[in-house]
Amino acid sequence: MSLDLIFFLLLSLISISTALGMLLSRNAVYSALFLVLNFITVAVFYLLLGAPFIAMAQVTVYAGAIMVLFLFVIMLLGAESIAGEFNWRKAVFPGALAVILAVEATVIFLTRARPVGDVAQPDASVNTVTNLRALGEALFTQYLLPFEVTSILLLVAMVGAIVLVRKEKRVH
Amino acid sequence: MVPVNYYIVLSAILFTIGVVGVLTRRNALIIFMSVELMLNSANLAFVAFSSVIKSFSGQIFVFFVIAVAAAEVAVGLALIVEIFKSKRSIDVDQMSSLKG
Repeated sequence: MSLDLIFFLLLSLISISTALGMLLSRNAVYSALFLVLNFITVAVFYLLLGAPFIAMAQVTVYAGAIMVLFLFVIMLLGAESIAGEFNWRKAVFPGALAVILAVEATVIFLTRARPVGDVAQPDASVNTVTNLRALGEALFTQYLLPFEVTSILLLVAMVGAIVLVRKEKRVH
Repeated sequence: MVPVNYYIVLSAILFTIGVVGVLTRRNALIIFMSVELMLNSANLAFVAFSSVIKSFSGQIFVFFVIAVAAAEVAVGLALIVEIFKSKRSIDVDQMSSLKG
C-alpha cells in the first residue's frame, strides 16, 4: 500500500465523517462548520489531483464566502436549532432509497465507465504556474462566452437578492 | 498512485449523503447545505476525470459550477430570509401555501 493511497484513505475518512456530521448534528451552526471542514478536505483532494487553482478557489469561494454567508444567515435568523433535529423514524425510507442509489451509482461507475487508469501524479508535469497559465488561456479563448455569461449571471443574482430582501414601498 | 475509481466511489458516497440530507432534514438551511455538498461531490468527479485524461476542460467546468453555486446561494438565502420574515419558521413542511 503506497503512501498516496494511505493519504487518500485518511482524507476520504475525514471527508465522509464530516459530511455525516453535517447531516446528523442538531445545531445548524455545527452543520455549517462541519461543511467547511468537508470543503477544505475536498480542496486537498483537488491539490492531490493536480488542480491547485481549483483548490484555492474552493477554499476562498466555498469555504470562505459561501459558508460565511450561511453562518451569517443562521445567526441572523437565530435558526441554530429551530425546525427539527434528525428524525430516525422518518429517515428509514429515504435512507433505503439513498443506499440503493449509492450502490447503483458505484456499480455503474465501476462496470460501465471502464477503469480509465490512475490519476496523474500531482508533481509530475503540472506545477502551479503552468496549471494557472493553461487554465487562464483556455478560459479566455475557448470558454470566453460562458465566462462572460457567468458574469451576467452573478450580476442578476446580486440584483435579485437585493430586490428580494428590500422593504416594500407602499404604492397608492 | 490512486486509481480514479476510488475518487468516483468517494464522490458517489458524498453525493448520497447529500441526497439523504435533502430527503430527511426539515430545516431549509440544512437542505441547502446538502445541495452544496452534492454540487461539491460532482466537482470532485469532474476534477478526477480531468486529471486522468490530462485535460483542463473538467477544471474549467468546476470553475463555472463554483460561480453558479455562489449566485444560487445568494438568491436562495435571500429567499429563506424572506420566508422566515413572513412565517417565523424555516421548516419546509410549513411552506405549504402559495400566498405568504
